[in-house]
Amino acid sequence: MNAFFVWMTVAKIVAFVLFILTGGALMVWVERRLSAMMQDRVGPHRANLGRFRLWGLIHILADGLKMMVKEDFIPRRADRLLHALAPILAFFPVVVTFAVVPFGPTLDFAHLGAVNHEGPLFSGPWATTLQVATIDVGLLFVLAIAGTGVVGAVLAGAASDNRFSLLGSLRAASQMISYEVTLGASLVGCILVFGTLRIEQMVLWQHQHVWGILVQPLAFLLFLVAGIAESKRVPFDLPEGESEIVAGYFLEYSGMKFAMFFLGELMEIVVLAILLTVFFLGGWDVPFLFADGLHVDLPFLDTWVWNWPHGVVVLVQLLGFTVKVGAMVFLQMALRWTLPRFRYDQLMDLGWKVLLPLSLGNIAVTAVVLAALR
Amino acid sequence: MATAYFPILLALAFGLFLAVAVWMLGHFTGPKNPTREKLIPYECGSETTGTGGIRLSAKFFVTAILLVVFDVELAFLYPWAAAFGELGRRGLFAMLLFLAVLGVALLYLVRKGALRWEE
Amino acid sequence: MEEYREEELVLPADPMVLNMGPSHPAMHGTVRCVLRLDGEQVVDCDVQIGYLHRGFEKECEAGTWTQVFPYTDRLNYASPLLNNIGYALAVEKLLGITVPPRCQYLRVILGEVARICDHCVCNAAMAMELGAFTVFLYLVKAREWLFELLEEVTGARVTHSFCRIGGLRHDLPEGFDERLRAALQKTLAAVEDSEKLLLRNRVFMDRTMDVGAISPERALAYGWTGPCLRSTGVAYDVRKIHPYLVYDQFDFDIPVGSRGDNYDRFVVRLEEIRQSARIIDQALRRLPDGPIAVPDDLGVILPDKLQTYTTIERTIQHFKIVTEGIQVPAGEVYSYTEAANGELGFYIVSTGGGRPHKCRVRPPCFANLQALPELVRGRLLPDIIPTFGSINMIGGECDR
Repeated sequence: MNAFFVWMTVAKIVAFVLFILTGGALMVWVERRLSAMMQDRVGPHRANLGRFRLWGLIHILADGLKMMVKEDFIPRRADRLLHALAPILAFFPVVVTFAVVPFGPTLDFAHLGAVNHEGPLFSGPWATTLQVATIDVGLLFVLAIAGTGVVGAVLAGAASDNRFSLLGSLRAASQMISYEVTLGASLVGCILVFGTLRIEQMVLWQHQHVWGILVQPLAFLLFLVAGIAESKRVPFDLPEGESEIVAGYFLEYSGMKFAMFFLGELMEIVVLAILLTVFFLGGWDVPFLFADGLHVDLPFLDTWVWNWPHGVVVLVQLLGFTVKVGAMVFLQMALRWTLPRFRYDQLMDLGWKVLLPLSLGNIAVTAVVLAALR
Repeated sequence: MATAYFPILLALAFGLFLAVAVWMLGHFTGPKNPTREKLIPYECGSETTGTGGIRLSAKFFVTAILLVVFDVELAFLYPWAAAFGELGRRGLFAMLLFLAVLGVALLYLVRKGALRWEE
Repeated sequence: MEEYREEELVLPADPMVLNMGPSHPAMHGTVRCVLRLDGEQVVDCDVQIGYLHRGFEKECEAGTWTQVFPYTDRLNYASPLLNNIGYALAVEKLLGITVPPRCQYLRVILGEVARICDHCVCNAAMAMELGAFTVFLYLVKAREWLFELLEEVTGARVTHSFCRIGGLRHDLPEGFDERLRAALQKTLAAVEDSEKLLLRNRVFMDRTMDVGAISPERALAYGWTGPCLRSTGVAYDVRKIHPYLVYDQFDFDIPVGSRGDNYDRFVVRLEEIRQSARIIDQALRRLPDGPIAVPDDLGVILPDKLQTYTTIERTIQHFKIVTEGIQVPAGEVYSYTEAANGELGFYIVSTGGGRPHKCRVRPPCFANLQALPELVRGRLLPDIIPTFGSINMIGGECDR
């Protein structure tokens, strides 16, 4: 553990947190503008700094300020400690899920301008993985952290001394733990194909072979559905369904504590998009782009190679990663503004009677096919 | 090993710091002007009968138990899936049997009505 | 060892008492449902109305016959023109006068526009409460186009007060029919978009089909009318069965459902929008020329301005109508029309003179709402939302 490693780690954490936080804040804007576009509206655009309105981007700032100066009250008979703790517990897991996700390949500061002919990744004293932590059970870490998300929601509802909140937290608990099983089971198929629990290895496998969505299409759908259910958004927004239980588990929160739930939920969109990208869309892999540059290798055509320096390649791959995350965010938004909400029993039925058997079946079929191919 | 987990620790610490910082920001910048009416729990403008010590439906509990059962059994699948390449045919059939047992258990639950809400 | 039966071993959950409303997003701020819940299941539902009671019927007795119009605007505030028309027809029935053909046609046209607005809002709100926010905005946008036209005609977006006893406030503006046709075309396109988004949507179908279902017999026993009754398969529409105005001259269908559930109510309303558009189209084509109010001699309508200022008879007549009100002969009458929610009845009593002695309203959604507890008992909490939404309880009309 040298100084370079420590500082790079800190830099990566800061970079990724900024990515997620700005992503979450941007989601506020994207959600408003995108839904406005889908619904033939203009969307909010009035907040301004002098003459600048920036297509409504300033509303993010205005919202943040508003949340900060709002009165933060705690209901009379609420459990003060748990009521205070819940937003932290809901916010925290979203911010740390990223720790094991690779957002790019290895970056070698010593060879930024050189063309990498050796292999997919550089390794050297000045090389660093574009990933906060490379641990051997990265995937389990993601699932473990995602599993703690339910605690914040349940505590918030239970500690608020409000019946709507209580119903919301009960719904949140039932829903999130039901879909957690599918969330985990759908990834087993990926582990089978990629043969590893290390997320950076999974991406590398997809870089060298094909994207996960092509070998595990069903798992992609299952993971998407379960992921949306985990992030508690329409059509799975039962824990907060505003027309039924008003705001559900965060009904008795105001100001910044409310914003933590709200922002946490929006950041979860980004996190889910990142996870989908990493497991199924090849992570930082860009088609035809290899460590030494572009290789266009189409049938009936001559192979065409264009060497790029290492730094440019990594930059394009980072960009590719961001574009894919954006596409997955858009997919979730489009679903959210198209579908109505489920009912509690339908949600349970879908989770236990449809998704779980499907994911178990997916595991069995994947294993059999893999064994047959061997 | 320790080196690999150091960044995780750092990230967790940073995440916790961030969460607490945002929490504090809201806690200390906003005005504090609690009144009796304001602190009444919201129940659509009507007087609530309170939530303290209410006995909830056991059906919620069943769902929680189901999670424990299935999540624990799922935990067996991860190491198997990661090591699938080395396990060979024996490993495949062992796990297929395991999955079958899991499937039968699920079928039993559904037939028994553990997931049904309305009697 | 003592033997226990399985039921005895079950420790029942405490029933949770939950106040849903009045200040609840889905309760429109005007009704309170006290629920007893077992987990998510509704054990009992007690509907408490009256939050929007403003004493409409008593207020009517304080003013002249004409001064009741602004109050009727505030009955079903989603389609005020239909209430205007209903009240005007009731007084005209007591007076024994019939308005000229052009006025009848205009009332039909404007009334059907109001009906479309009402159905759009009802379905939009129901969709939104189910989480389908996009559909809400599509339909409300459609209503906006129609509201702009109504504003052009009446001068107000919601509180039109456009009818007069014996006529209308004034005629249509120039070129209105082309603009109305264009707006209707856009509205029907928006309705079609909403249908595409919801009617074959699995989530929406699961949420609404067989939820809040009622049999035709029970619906009739509750006194249901309007789209809600028609969704059960009973083809009762006042416009067809007891035609008023010139409804017997138009070719239109009564859409009926079969199951009487939320889905059917939703579909019936959407279909009625199409039928209303058909009626408007025919009425616009056949719209006769002529006066829009009964002759001045009857002393019902305010006389012509020019004559009021130039002849003494008309000046006196104008003065008497304004100060004493229209002279309605003693008697009582029940007049009923097909409003957006069903049969809107006005039972008015006159003891002679310029003021109503009694003006009783039969609000359609009061009868419809009675069935809510029966519809949701034993179902899940979220089922209340589409059921309440499709019954279309309008506080102003129900509580008066």
